[in-house]
Amino acid sequence: MAKVTFKTDLCKGCGLCVSACPKHILAIAKDQINKKGYSPAVMTNQDECIGCAFCATMCPDCIITVEK
Amino acid sequence: MAERVLMKGNEAIAEAAIRAGCRHYFGYPITPQTEVAAYMAKRLPKIEGGVFLQAESEIASINMVYGAAAAGFRVMTSSSSPGISLKSEGLSYIAGSDIPAFVVNIQRGGPGLGGIQPSQSDYFQATKGGGHGDYRMIVLAPASVQEMASLTVKGFNLADKYLMTAMILADGTIGQMMEPITFEDVQVEIYDKPWALSGTKMQRKHNIVNSLYLKSDELEQKNFERYERYKIVEENEVLYEAYRMEDAEICVVAFGIASRVAKNAVAAARKEGVKVGLIRPITLWPFPSKALRQAADQVKSFVCVELNMGQMIEDVRLAAECTRPVSLCNRAGGMIPSPGQVLESIRKAQKGEM
Amino acid sequence: MAIVFQKPHALTDAVLHYCPGCPHGIIHRLVAEAIDNLGIEGEAIGVAPVGCAVMAYDYFACDMIEAAHGRAPATATGIKRCRPDNIVFTYQGDGDLASIGMAETVHAAARNENITVIFVNNAIYGMTGGQMAPTSLPGQVTQTSPYGRDVNHCGWPIRVCELLATLEGPEYIARVAVNNVKNVKAAGKAIQKAFQNQMDKKGFSLIEVVSACPTNWGMTPQKALEWVESDMIPYYPLGVYKDRTAAKEAEAK
Repeated sequence: MAKVTFKTDLCKGCGLCVSACPKHILAIAKDQINKKGYSPAVMTNQDECIGCAFCATMCPDCIITVEK
Repeated sequence: MAERVLMKGNEAIAEAAIRAGCRHYFGYPITPQTEVAAYMAKRLPKIEGGVFLQAESEIASINMVYGAAAAGFRVMTSSSSPGISLKSEGLSYIAGSDIPAFVVNIQRGGPGLGGIQPSQSDYFQATKGGGHGDYRMIVLAPASVQEMASLTVKGFNLADKYLMTAMILADGTIGQMMEPITFEDVQVEIYDKPWALSGTKMQRKHNIVNSLYLKSDELEQKNFERYERYKIVEENEVLYEAYRMEDAEICVVAFGIASRVAKNAVAAARKEGVKVGLIRPITLWPFPSKALRQAADQVKSFVCVELNMGQMIEDVRLAAECTRPVSLCNRAGGMIPSPGQVLESIRKAQKGEM
Repeated sequence: MAIVFQKPHALTDAVLHYCPGCPHGIIHRLVAEAIDNLGIEGEAIGVAPVGCAVMAYDYFACDMIEAAHGRAPATATGIKRCRPDNIVFTYQGDGDLASIGMAETVHAAARNENITVIFVNNAIYGMTGGQMAPTSLPGQVTQTSPYGRDVNHCGWPIRVCELLATLEGPEYIARVAVNNVKNVKAAGKAIQKAFQNQMDKKGFSLIEVVSACPTNWGMTPQKALEWVESDMIPYYPLGVYKDRTAAKEAEAK
């Protein structure tokens, strides 16, 4: 059981978290636009998350909190 | 009776700096300021907390001064003309960050590598900038070894008081000559530095020492605030000496070593019956403009004596507001005018020949 | 559930101005994590460079100063010589450290100045719009080498770690990268060691972080990190180039 939270408004949609995720459960939400004008990263399947924090490790904007 | 010691001008600066609380010196070798660094190299390591460090360049040394000053310490560097050109980058950053520093320029002839003989040809550089941007430095021009010491202490005090650089603008002659002096008049003032980099100790928000303002209105505001402070300096900190000015019809204007030559010439002219006096700016910035403006109401003309091609003369003309003619008596490149040359200029001024 | 990953305390809440996918943010975080882990935020004084990281003073929660271009090691020297008990670090890019500031870098290392230098090498001038850097690779296309870096015309890239490791002075010189999770974790450890060395009064530690500039390389963030692996790291091999303490210990054995 693990949980990933994004500060979505600060996401720049670079996608480095998406490519770092070993479970391939993160995605760039093409249908959303945040305050900064970017399509942010979102969790697509929270149940699959293993809390490895690879996403947060690669996030350049420090917007990801991981709980386990 | 105060204890009198015989010292070289450059050594007097160094000793006075230590007495003013300076414990950190960063510099790079250059003639003719060598004795300042040599004195510091000998003394500072023997004082608790004292650091003398020979930097890899003038640029590095002024940026070490920038760091040390930002850390809240009384710190200095010394150099001579070409070295001050290199330090100008750091002087601009120090000005833009509103922190105090103390810098000594023992001038030599220029431009370029020039020579190593005394000169006053960095007047423009010291009083009008040198580095980029709108800024001022407090520029102190000693005319004796005693003043090398007392103006050094004053410089440290003023720098801390107004959060800006104070510069001693002297020359190789005063730097090298020996005179008996006393340190009795040294009054060290201490100022709080809440802005200093000391570590937050997790007790306060972080301090930032910085000169970058990407928003134009913010940068403008910073410049406005800085110039408000400069205005206070101009109102309160002007220093000059007036000699035989009470009934003078001619006013000689000279600073530093040139003023000593000029003083002899004034005395000689007085013996000939010429009513001549001397105004010696001690602070080159702030410049004693009011005193010169007042003198303009009294005298027929001004004679500017300088060891350069005529730099301070521009400020004298501005101060006189074109009401009186101003002539130049000068030597350059390391040469010094003789009292006879100055006397001749005074005689010409007396006759109205400019 | 317990928090296993969050923003370190030594980073402020200021929003980073960096381009999407710029690893500066990762490297800032690693520095802040090292400061947190060692409990030195209250003692730390950081020196920001001129370049993309020019506004680092807004991002680190410790006391900060903005240095002139390339002069950060000199400014840090001035601070450290006044406050030897504070922890002083610089954060510099390749133009700042290896071009205009090379003299300050080499001499701070030669003096074994007890400071920590974080050197971000992304082979380009980012802030000014992508000009050739002292570390741009042979053939690399930049704004000022539009036909590719011609080494016969403008010289060869400078390998800073290898160069500094020839000096007697410095304590610790290492090159790391931030192109994948494994390397980011190793980079974090190296950065923390560089701070620990200063706390232990061992002297000058420099960590070169091989990084990327997606914007000025003209690549997606993912592609840029692949280019770090395929082109940057072969030219700038990762590893420890000097570790005086480790060398002494090995000798003692």
